[in-house]
Amino acid sequence: MPTIDPPLALLAELTHRCPLACPYCSNPVNLERAAGELSENDWRRVLAQAAALGVLQVHFSGGEPMARRDLSTLIGVANGLGLYSNLITSGTLGGAREIEAFAAAGLKHVQLSFQDFYADNGDRIAGLSGAHARKTRFAETVRAAGLPLTLNMVVHRQNLDGVPQMIEMALELGARRIEIAHVQYYAWAFANRAALLPTRRQLERATQAVEAARARLKGVLTIDYVVPDYHGVRPKSCMSGWGRQFLNITPSGTAVPCHAAETLPGLAFPSVRTSSLSDIWYSSDAFNRFRGTDWMAEPCRSCERREIDWGGCRCQAFLLTGDAGRTDPVCTLSPDHAVVEAAVQEAESAPPEFIYRRYGFLPSKAGEVSAKRTDGS
Amino acid sequence: MDRFVVSAESVLAFAPHIVFRFDEVRQRWIILAPERLMLPDEQAVEILQLVDGKTGVSTIVDSLAARYDQAPRDLIAKDVTAMLQDLADKGCLAGADD
Repeated sequence: MPTIDPPLALLAELTHRCPLACPYCSNPVNLERAAGELSENDWRRVLAQAAALGVLQVHFSGGEPMARRDLSTLIGVANGLGLYSNLITSGTLGGAREIEAFAAAGLKHVQLSFQDFYADNGDRIAGLSGAHARKTRFAETVRAAGLPLTLNMVVHRQNLDGVPQMIEMALELGARRIEIAHVQYYAWAFANRAALLPTRRQLERATQAVEAARARLKGVLTIDYVVPDYHGVRPKSCMSGWGRQFLNITPSGTAVPCHAAETLPGLAFPSVRTSSLSDIWYSSDAFNRFRGTDWMAEPCRSCERREIDWGGCRCQAFLLTGDAGRTDPVCTLSPDHAVVEAAVQEAESAPPEFIYRRYGFLPSKAGEVSAKRTDGS
Repeated sequence: MDRFVVSAESVLAFAPHIVFRFDEVRQRWIILAPERLMLPDEQAVEILQLVDGKTGVSTIVDSLAARYDQAPRDLIAKDVTAMLQDLADKGCLAGADD
């Protein structure tokens, strides 16, 4: 058994309710309704257990976390426990009154999403007219309350060419940090992959723009840049390894090592309704299943990078090969790598229409089409 | 906004949203920043404990030089300035009157 360190961060997905319908949402395609959500008291208990376990940061997220009326209370609880709290929001519900209450409760930071640098395309991608204008006002409110602001830009083939303007927008809105993160292909984004995956040429231009801006804006704006792993050579170190630093609590209280882990078959993820966070982290089968390197098959098992990228992503391995224990196919050493090459090739053709994120709409065939291997096994 | 350049005359403080504290679970000093955790080494902790929004960088260097009389003051000044500049670039430290 590998040594298990305490988790660093907890993602509190308070709700799946959200005014936006982004076609790359990281929430599962089967969205939780309000009636299934944890209560305020459940979250109070989870936060107390998290602090005792050694969690240092809590990210209040969703859906749109501001859809919860007890958000301000929960921020106060987290702050009182010494947890560093981040709000991850779309900025489309509420305004100055809420932000001021959050700041008074001890919120440390706001991460605000934009879907593009201009309203027409931003609103089209979000599936909500007027969203961009609301977000802009929200950003001003955050700064007026004295809270630090990060802009979160999820990028893909339908907005990637605007990276230089996104960086300018971050400066204009008084952000000290911008995350330019390529879509990761799970859940809704997987269903929309052909509409979202950029071409290689687009990606190269965007990467050059980021590098130039980083040099120019050192000490003024921090740019965190996440490249799309499909175009890479080695896989991402997903969540820095399964059950190593991070845990995620879904709106209904299931504890998972990452957003997408509930899609993996044969794993019983524990609930915070019935288990303590400590038992979940240290003793549950689900959190131990892919910890360390013992579970690995070749080519990971003997790879010198096995404790750098931890075999890549288990959910992606399952999504693309049907087996969560295989090497992440984005790795060029994976015997299944051809499925990723085919997807990148597909990006050269015209994109199909978006499938927007909605309740009760399950993108058909997303799993079926993908769940086959290329080696015939 | 311009980049904050650390000099001998600078008076620095932690930015309001930055938390520099001892973590009982891990038994070490940590810096908490937006979606980021930093683990300063022993030397950095010693320097950061002197950052209080009142003391100038040159005075911080003086106290460290007094503590470590075998190290040349110039070298200490160079290391301290580089470390503080790095944290200012990351938005963790700011000028005390900003």
